Amino acid sequence: MRIFFFILTAAVTVTLVYFLNISLKIGGAQAPAFGKFLSPQHGFWQNAEADDADFSADLHFPQLSGKVEVYLDKRLVPHVFAENENDVYFVQGYLHAKFRLWQMELQTLAAAGRASEIVGDIALNHDREFRRLGMVYGAENSLKQMEANETVKNECDAYTAGVNAYIDQLPDCKLPIEYKLLGYKPEHWSNLKTALFLKYMSYDLAAHENDFEMTNAQAFFNPADFKLLFPSIQDSLDPIIPKGTAYSKPKIPLNIPATADSLYFKKDTVTAIPVSKPNKANGSNNWAVSASKTKNGAPILCNDPHLGLNLPSLWIEMQLSTPTFNAYGASFPGAPSIIIGYNDDCAFGFTNGGRDVRDYFEITFKDDTRQEYWFNNEWKKTDFRIETIKVKGKPDVLDTVAYTIFGPVMYDKSFGGKRISSQKNYAVKWTAHAESNELLMFNMLNHAHNYNDYQQAVQNLHTPGQNCIFACKNGDIAIRTQGEFPAKWNGQGDFIMPGTDSSYMWQYMIPMDETPFQYNPERGFVSSANQRPADSAYPYYLGRDYPSPRGFYINRKLASMNNITPQDMEDLQTNNYNVFGEMAAPVLIKNINIQALNADEKSFYDLLKDWNFYNEKDSKAATVFVVTWQHFLDTVYADEYKNAPQPIAYPMNSTLLEAVLKDTAYKFLDDINTATKESLADMATIAFKTAVKELVIARAEGKLEWSKYKDTHVNHLLKKIAPFNREHLDIGGGTNVINATTSDHGPSWRMVVSLTEKTEAYGVYPGGQSGNPGSKYYDNFINDWVQGKYYTLWMMTKSETRDPKVKWKMTFSKG
Amino acid sequence: MKFFISLLLMMLLSFTACLFMEWWSIAIACFIIAALIRQRPGIAFITGFLALFLLWGGLSYWISDNNNHLLAHKVSVIILKKDNPEMLILITATIGAIVGGFAALTGSLLRPYRAAE
Repeated sequence: MRIFFFILTAAVTVTLVYFLNISLKIGGAQAPAFGKFLSPQHGFWQNAEADDADFSADLHFPQLSGKVEVYLDKRLVPHVFAENENDVYFVQGYLHAKFRLWQMELQTLAAAGRASEIVGDIALNHDREFRRLGMVYGAENSLKQMEANETVKNECDAYTAGVNAYIDQLPDCKLPIEYKLLGYKPEHWSNLKTALFLKYMSYDLAAHENDFEMTNAQAFFNPADFKLLFPSIQDSLDPIIPKGTAYSKPKIPLNIPATADSLYFKKDTVTAIPVSKPNKANGSNNWAVSASKTKNGAPILCNDPHLGLNLPSLWIEMQLSTPTFNAYGASFPGAPSIIIGYNDDCAFGFTNGGRDVRDYFEITFKDDTRQEYWFNNEWKKTDFRIETIKVKGKPDVLDTVAYTIFGPVMYDKSFGGKRISSQKNYAVKWTAHAESNELLMFNMLNHAHNYNDYQQAVQNLHTPGQNCIFACKNGDIAIRTQGEFPAKWNGQGDFIMPGTDSSYMWQYMIPMDETPFQYNPERGFVSSANQRPADSAYPYYLGRDYPSPRGFYINRKLASMNNITPQDMEDLQTNNYNVFGEMAAPVLIKNINIQALNADEKSFYDLLKDWNFYNEKDSKAATVFVVTWQHFLDTVYADEYKNAPQPIAYPMNSTLLEAVLKDTAYKFLDDINTATKESLADMATIAFKTAVKELVIARAEGKLEWSKYKDTHVNHLLKKIAPFNREHLDIGGGTNVINATTSDHGPSWRMVVSLTEKTEAYGVYPGGQSGNPGSKYYDNFINDWVQGKYYTLWMMTKSETRDPKVKWKMTFSKG
Repeated sequence: MKFFISLLLMMLLSFTACLFMEWWSIAIACFIIAALIRQRPGIAFITGFLALFLLWGGLSYWISDNNNHLLAHKVSVIILKKDNPEMLILITATIGAIVGGFAALTGSLLRPYRAAE
C-alpha cells in the first residue's frame, strides 16, 4: 500500500515539476515556464533591481592590455577612462551588453531576418522582406570593407570581445527578463552583428521610397494632373544650402535613356493590393550658430534626431576617454564609438538626408526556373541565394532569392511583402548593398580637432545619407549633405524602371567634391530639418517628397535670433509652433462658410479662429486644426482617387496648401461626381463639418486637448507587453513642429552643445540608461523629456574622480 | 522538534541547491530531507509545503521590497492581468510550496514510518 502511495505521490511531484518547467499556451498566448519564471533564485525576481543597487565592481579580463576605470554618475552614465583605444571599445561593448543586451540582439536578429526564431511564424513576412531586400547581403559586403581597415577592424574586434566577455560570465538567472519571458538565450556577438545593426539604421533611414505608389499614380493620372499633384519643388522651400548658391555642371554628363518617354514616363499599372507603409516621419533637426550670434561668443551646436520612440531606447549615453581622444554623447548599443556628441574641440550631429537611394527594376526571366534573365540583348545567368529561415516551433522555411546585376529580386509572384501582388519580378537596387565603412566616420569624428578632420571623416558616410553638422571651438561651423548618392537624371528612380538593359541603371555616384555644403556662411548659422538639400540649380535630380515647413521655421527663427544662449536653444528645440498651421489655418478660417454651421460647429470654428498656431499640450484648437486639415485633404482628393489602383501615392499637405493659396479655382477642388462645380469654400465647409463629427467624439471621450488626442507613448520593443510601455504622455508638438513628437515618434535625443573653453552641454532622451524594466533607471528620463527639461552633460576629467556626482566605480584590469 | 529541524534543513538545502542547479532542485531537497528525517506523511507534506512557502515567499518579498515592487507591479499585470504585487508573491510562494510539499510527502513514503521510532 505504501509503495502504491509512494509511486502515486512521486508521479504527482514529477508531473507538477514537468508542467511547471515547460512553456504552456494560455488563452492563446505562450506563457513562460512558471516554475522557472517564478523561482526567486532563477526567474524574473532576479531582474528586480534593488533601489539602492551597487554597480561598483572589480573585473578581470585577459583581453585587456591595461587598466580601465569606469565612473558611473547618478544618472547611470558611464565615464570610461582607458589607457588605450582597444580597451575603451572592449569596455564599451561590455557596458552596452550589461545594460542593453536583449535589445542589441533583438535588433540585429530583426535586421538579419531572423525574428521568426524568437517569436514564431508571425514574423515570417518580416524575415522574408528583410532577406529579400538584401540586408544580410549588404551587411556582409560592408563587413569586408570594415575589416579591411585596420582601425575599424581593431575597434570592432575589441567591441565584440567586450560584448562576449559579458555574455560568457552571465548566469542564466541574470538574463534580461525578455529572454525569460520568451524562453531563449543570447548567442555570441560578432562583427557581422555590428554591421547588421548599422544596416538596420540604413533600413530605418534610407529605405524610404514610393516607387510602386508613384508608378501607379503616374499611370492613373494624366501628365498635367500628375504634375499638379506631385510637383518637384515646394514654393515654401528653404533648402539646407540656401537658394541662389551656384553649382558647377556635373563633371560627367548623365545620359537620359532614349526610351525614357516611351517606356518609362508612360502609362502602365503595377497590379497591386493595399498596404501599410512604414513610418515616413523619420527625420530630425540640427543647426549650429556661429560665435557672432551667441551671447558668450562661442558656437552652439544642436541636434535632435526624430526616430521611433522605444524602450529600451535606441541610445545610451556614455563618455569614452583615452590618451588619444575624449568623446561624450549618445552611442548605439550594438556599435562602437559615440554617434552624436562632442569631444574636447568640436561637436557633431546628424539629420536624415532622405534622398531616394532604393530603386526597382523590372526583370524578365526566361522561364519559371528564374535561371536566366534578359539583359542587354542576351540571357544572363541568375545567382541564387538560398535563405533558410528558422521558425520557432515549426520546420525551417527556405526562400530562394534570385540575384541580378541590379540586386536581389525582392518582389515576385512568391512574395509581395503585403505591398504588391504581381506576376512580375522586381529587383531592388539599394546603396546599402554596397561596401561601406560608416564606423570609420564615427571613429574619426570622435578624434576630430578641426574642420578639416570633420570633412575627411564624413566622406566615409555612404548609407544612410545624412546632413552632417559640425561646430568647433575655433569658431568654425559647417554642414555637409553627405552620403553616397547615385547621380540621377530628372525623374530617374521615381518609378519602377525597365531592367532589360543597362540604359536605366545608375550611371555613377555623385563625386564627393560635388556634395552641397556650407562652411561659415555669412548668415551665421547652418541648419537642416530633412528638407530638400539644394534648390533646382543643383545639377542632379534630388527627388520630390521632402518636408519643408520645419526647416523653413527653424531658419526664420535662427535668422532673427541674436545673443543666443544654450537656454534659448533648448527653448527652440522644444518649440511647439506649427508653422504649417500658420500658413494653412487662415485658408480654412477664411473659406469655411459660417452661415452653414450649427451652434456646436460654430464653437469649434471659434476655437480654430482664435488658435495661436502653437501645438501646446492643452490646446484644443490645435486638435481642431489637425483634424480639419486632414479631412480637407481627404475631401479634396477623395473623388479623383476613388477608382485609383493600389498602392498609390498621395500629394503632400504642402502641395495642396500651396495650390489653393495660388489658385482658389484649383481643379481638384471640384467634386467630379456632382454636376455643380464646387469651390474652395464648399470643400472647406464639407471638410469642417466631417471633422466636427470626429471632434465631437473626441470631446465626449475627454480627448480634445492636443496631447490627449495625439496620445504619445514610448513602447517597449515587444509592443504587446503593456506594463513595459510608457503611455499617455502629456506632451505637445507634432508633425511640422520643431518638437516633432507624434504618437510614437519624435526627438529621440536632444542635445545642445555650447563650445566654450570648457564645453557647456545639455541633453536628454526619452528612456533611461538601463534596459531592464525592473530597474528604476529603465525610464527615469521620460518625465523630464516630456517637460522639455535637459540634463547637464558632464565631460568628466580624471581629476574629478572624487566628485560627489560619481556614484559607483567599475575597474577592469588585465588578468 | 523534528518538524522544525526538517523545516529548516529543507529551506537551507533548497536554497543552496538552487544556487547551483535548476529551480526543481527544491523537489530533490525536500525529498531527501523527508526521507532522512522521518515524520508522518501528512506532517512531512506540511513541512515541505511550509518550507518552500516561507523560502520562496520570503525571498520574493525581500527582493521585491528592495525594488519598491517596481517589477512586481509590471509582471503581475502580465501574468495576473491585474496590478497586484502581493498576489504575485503569494502565487510564487504557493507554487514553490506545492512542489515542496509533494516532494517531501514522496520522500516520507520511501521508507515505512514506525510510530515507535
